[in-house]
Amino acid sequence: MTDIPAQDDLVPGNRPSLPPPITETGIIGWLRHNLFSTWFDAILTVLALVVIYLVVPPFVDWAILHATWAFPPDVANGTRGAQFSDCSADTGACWIFIRARLPQFFYGFYPEAERWRVNIVLIMLAVSIYGLLADRIKNKKPFAWFFFAIFPVLAFWLLIGGLGLEIVPTRLWGGFMLSVIISSVGIVFSLPLGILLALGRRSKLPILHMLCVVFIEFARGVPLISILFMSNVLLPLFLPQGVSLDILLRILLGVTLFSAAYMAEVVRGGLQALGKGQYEGAMAVGLSYWQTTRFIIMPQALRIAIPSIVNNFIGLAQDTTLVAIVGLYDFLNIVRAGSRDSKWIGTEMEGYVFCAVVYFICCFAMSRYSMYLERKLHTGHKKR
Amino acid sequence: MATQAAAQAVSGADLKVGTDVMIELSNVNKWYGQFHVLKDINLTIYKGERIVVCGPSGSGKSTMIRCINRLEEHQRGKIAVEGVELTHDLKNIEQVRREVGMVFQHFNLFPHLTVLENLTLAPIWVRKMPKKEADEVAMHYLQRVRIPEQAKKYPGQLSGGQQQRVAIARSLCMNPKVMLFDEPTSALDPEMIKEVLEVMIELARSGMTMLCVTHEMGFARTVANRVIFMDRGEIIEQNTPEEFFNHPKSDRTKMFLSQILHH
Repeated sequence: MTDIPAQDDLVPGNRPSLPPPITETGIIGWLRHNLFSTWFDAILTVLALVVIYLVVPPFVDWAILHATWAFPPDVANGTRGAQFSDCSADTGACWIFIRARLPQFFYGFYPEAERWRVNIVLIMLAVSIYGLLADRIKNKKPFAWFFFAIFPVLAFWLLIGGLGLEIVPTRLWGGFMLSVIISSVGIVFSLPLGILLALGRRSKLPILHMLCVVFIEFARGVPLISILFMSNVLLPLFLPQGVSLDILLRILLGVTLFSAAYMAEVVRGGLQALGKGQYEGAMAVGLSYWQTTRFIIMPQALRIAIPSIVNNFIGLAQDTTLVAIVGLYDFLNIVRAGSRDSKWIGTEMEGYVFCAVVYFICCFAMSRYSMYLERKLHTGHKKR
Repeated sequence: MATQAAAQAVSGADLKVGTDVMIELSNVNKWYGQFHVLKDINLTIYKGERIVVCGPSGSGKSTMIRCINRLEEHQRGKIAVEGVELTHDLKNIEQVRREVGMVFQHFNLFPHLTVLENLTLAPIWVRKMPKKEADEVAMHYLQRVRIPEQAKKYPGQLSGGQQQRVAIARSLCMNPKVMLFDEPTSALDPEMIKEVLEVMIELARSGMTMLCVTHEMGFARTVANRVIFMDRGEIIEQNTPEEFFNHPKSDRTKMFLSQILHH
């Protein structure tokens, strides 16, 4: 009798697995899968490589290798101010422009002696944002109280002055500080306002509903620039004579209302994603409308809307650059103005690159935080 | 003679167990646009009654019990719970909802809150109960529905049967005088129906006034003192479970019973 191969040997899994073919693993496998899996992918890969080769080395060359970073000795020891001709004549970036103008980019025309006040405000802002957002801080109540009740008053007093502090009119405000102020005021006020508008739009009370719809559709149907123009030019006409609103205040109002309309639509989207069951469950245990909204509806609707809300925040932060059009010197505008200074003609590129980097860092941080928040709050189905 | 008995059966007056009127519906009518969902509903529910409402789908049974805590609005007639009439007055509505518990087909738990938070939210904010006491009450009822170990989990981590038991416990935490059940087992897998029904049977034995829309005829036989059959927006027939199942009077009832008992 011939030997029948042992049955065990034929059962799948009883022999050691062969290693996968070399073309499927390691660097070669990865390249094959991700970059050259079809001829079309291969063409795209090659094209992308060409573009990278054409763009990146010259940029690195300009921004780093041939750039001028340090002041010449007589500028460094303070005998004279820096200027464009201090940069090496070849094709590198002139970063000493940024160094020389940094305080102005940051504070605008805020008097030098008073800039400590801005610093305090920004530090308080940073600390309270950290306190409100960081996970390791469990008790958020004091931070919330400080941020929403005390901080606005304190910041207003410190920035404007009065009561023993020298008064700094808002036309002297500018630079990064102004951009941060407009963005944070817009962000902090537009979300609650947007929530109220969204609730109003879903309300069964006809007049309230109508008012909200009209406001939202009006604000969304008009570009921000025209709203800024209107709040600059038109708004004073409606005010009684002798009453004049500060231009910055008018701009803040315009930006906040504009952004609130968009926020309202985003929140409404979140509200619509919730089933009727949640309302019924809440009503059936006796919760009132506001209790239902606060404990049941908003936490869920806002969680759904986080990506879009943060998207709006980022858009708002970038839209603040439009205030340049009514003559305010926000971060971008002041950098632009700086590079037009006769001492610095030829530094526009450096200015724009610097602005882009700063804006990118701020907005990217917001976007990462929102992604983290989404993951953290994802309790609906699993986790924790 | 027979017609008289039938009339008596439809009024249900001879079926009461207590003497205090808990819920009273008189000449209740409701329309969805042109569609007449509830037609002249008259129903008096006494304290301690366990009533099962059955009927084909679209017969208005869910709508009727949803009118009792004003999740739906009736357009004509009168609904009163413990003498408080349901009108447009928000105060009355909230007062009624505090005393009437409701369990839904799809549980309607709050997915962003833990089981314990689901249970304590309403006692804390509606009844103004201190948190510690609310926690104790919640744990007591979780024990009664036999899932105290799930208190810290989120609803999404529980099985359907467990979620429905949490929903029952959530209603009980408000210490309601009446419990409404709107097809509580229809969304559950067969093996989970039993655990929910057991909890409901226990609740009935404890003397709770209950109004259940359900197709669980075994449940009706075990605990109901009255079975109501509805069709096309009307109460067609009501009787004790024995009479109802063994000697149905109207043809529509007979047809319905033959469909659900021999499917």
